[in-house]
Amino acid sequence: MTQMILSVENLTVSFDGFKAVDDLNFYVEENELHVVIGPNGAGKTTLLDMICGKTKPSYGTIAFKGLNLERMLEYQITRAGVGRKFQNPLVYEDLTVAENLELSYPKKRDVIGCLFFHRDETVRDEIDRIAHMIFLADQLDRKAAQLSHGQKQWLEIGMLLMQDPELLLLDEPVAGMSAKEREQTGALLREIAKGRSVVVIEHDMEFVKSVAHKVTVLHQGKKLAEGTMDQVQNDPRVIEVYLGH
Amino acid sequence: MKDLPISSPRSSTPPAAAQSPGLRATLLLERYSVVILALLLLVAIPAVSGSFRLGLFAKYLSFTFCAAGLVLTWGYGGILSLGQGIFFGLGSYMMAMYMKLEATSADPAAAVFGNGGPPVPDFMTWNSIDKLPWWWAPFEHAWFALPAIVILPTLLAFILAYANFRKRVGGVYFSIVTLALASIMSIMIIGQQGYTGGINGITNLPTFMGYSVQSDTAVYVLYYVSACLLLVAILAGRFILKSRLGKVLIAIRDREDRIRFSGYDPALFKGFIFAVAALFSAIGGAMFTLQVGFASPSVCGIVPSIEMVIYAAVGGRLSLVGAVYGAILVGAAKSFLSENFVGFWLYLIGGLFIFVPMFLPKGLAGVIEWLRERQGAAQ
Repeated sequence: MTQMILSVENLTVSFDGFKAVDDLNFYVEENELHVVIGPNGAGKTTLLDMICGKTKPSYGTIAFKGLNLERMLEYQITRAGVGRKFQNPLVYEDLTVAENLELSYPKKRDVIGCLFFHRDETVRDEIDRIAHMIFLADQLDRKAAQLSHGQKQWLEIGMLLMQDPELLLLDEPVAGMSAKEREQTGALLREIAKGRSVVVIEHDMEFVKSVAHKVTVLHQGKKLAEGTMDQVQNDPRVIEVYLGH
Repeated sequence: MKDLPISSPRSSTPPAAAQSPGLRATLLLERYSVVILALLLLVAIPAVSGSFRLGLFAKYLSFTFCAAGLVLTWGYGGILSLGQGIFFGLGSYMMAMYMKLEATSADPAAAVFGNGGPPVPDFMTWNSIDKLPWWWAPFEHAWFALPAIVILPTLLAFILAYANFRKRVGGVYFSIVTLALASIMSIMIIGQQGYTGGINGITNLPTFMGYSVQSDTAVYVLYYVSACLLLVAILAGRFILKSRLGKVLIAIRDREDRIRFSGYDPALFKGFIFAVAALFSAIGGAMFTLQVGFASPSVCGIVPSIEMVIYAAVGGRLSLVGAVYGAILVGAAKSFLSENFVGFWLYLIGGLFIFVPMFLPKGLAGVIEWLRERQGAAQ
């Protein structure tokens, strides 16, 4: 049996009595690209929020490499090797592209370490390498605020690559992108997924089909179906939820 | 040696040959801002001032420490502190406590009081306290008082800030906490007259470690000590801002919710920069007491704390050097106006508080930056 990198069990969270995620079991294998789909309000983003510590679950466990993430703070979860990309690109607008990447370099993230941090050869090379991957090599000295929406999405993906997480959580990475950008991003994601586990939330079915190893369908906070894209697409309950009303 | 390291895009600098004299001047002003400030403080001002004016100027200089600290904590850390007077006051009072005990032990009349224990300062005996309080006693020694001035306010600031930021109390709520504490500080000092000298403060402080602080020589020496400490503080501030920590601060200021997911604990960083600002203020406070010869609740309450914010705002809250000019200018204007038009000062400071953020959000440093950009664009 393949090793599970992430095991979410009996996960429940309620906001004022409304259960956004309800007794959910969800597993991610090592090196798996796992896509989560579902209609609006199905609890997809809430699931990612709980894995990365942004929202605390009411009940249930989130195990990652033997750590109980539900008891940890956001920055501790990040340092443990979980990377999160948000739905709207969140980059540090007042910093340059290079500085955004430098901040994401996963070493010396304490106060004293930062004070005496030196951007040495290794860090510079890493910044250059990733800037090439995310198509921003010629934009290193530009402020992130001046980038286009799609470029900000790439920059945020780049920041995650810099972080080099073992588990990557991506929330709608191609939202708001042109067809061409979408294609480039798809290629980028497949590249990123090598050697790490990725959970992606996406609406774009064509995109899902092109990248997913495994698909989980959420509906009203519960798991509706799970399997390959073909299995899921032909599941009558999934068809019901997506087309039935 | 360029100020405003974050907001000056390198690309807008045209080649030297093509620069107009005006542009060259503003560029030099920015690039050598610390050198210019050092020349001004160490050479120009002492050369043109007599000891009276220099003493007055030294008083303004002690408030520049607070303004520089606010650039770090407010301009870059995004933490608007309305309570820098707390730390200025702590520095000032601890210095005064040391000097008062020194003055008391040198005074043969004071030895009568104290019930055989250490001599008790005059204001305590007036309030029928005949035993030196235990927390006063260690300030008899310079080896205790001087490190305490540096360490205690810094530690207190860090604990205060970290406790609040860890619980995610930030933004305007934290500003209100600092405001309330500044108010409590002055109320407590005024209320505990027997221990603090009350509304009169602690006065009659003629010597420091055996040297007179009132002689003409002392005025010059203290002025130079102040100016050098200020330059050191500015260089330290620049070092912090240029390091990766400075970038983390900007990232926190803009997107605190995001920085946690880059693996940083924002509470620690905000606590650190708030503590540095408190350290600067405390040094300013101690220098203030050395130079004016008293400590008073009037420099640690709400009004002085807000004035310090205005110093930083006028000078430019993103520029360490700008904030120094802001503090000196506004400080000088305050003395001039409050002497010549009594009561007008409060209206003016209120007006400045509205005018500067609306029309000069980056203060005087922003004007220089704007001139450079305009002239650069005109080329």
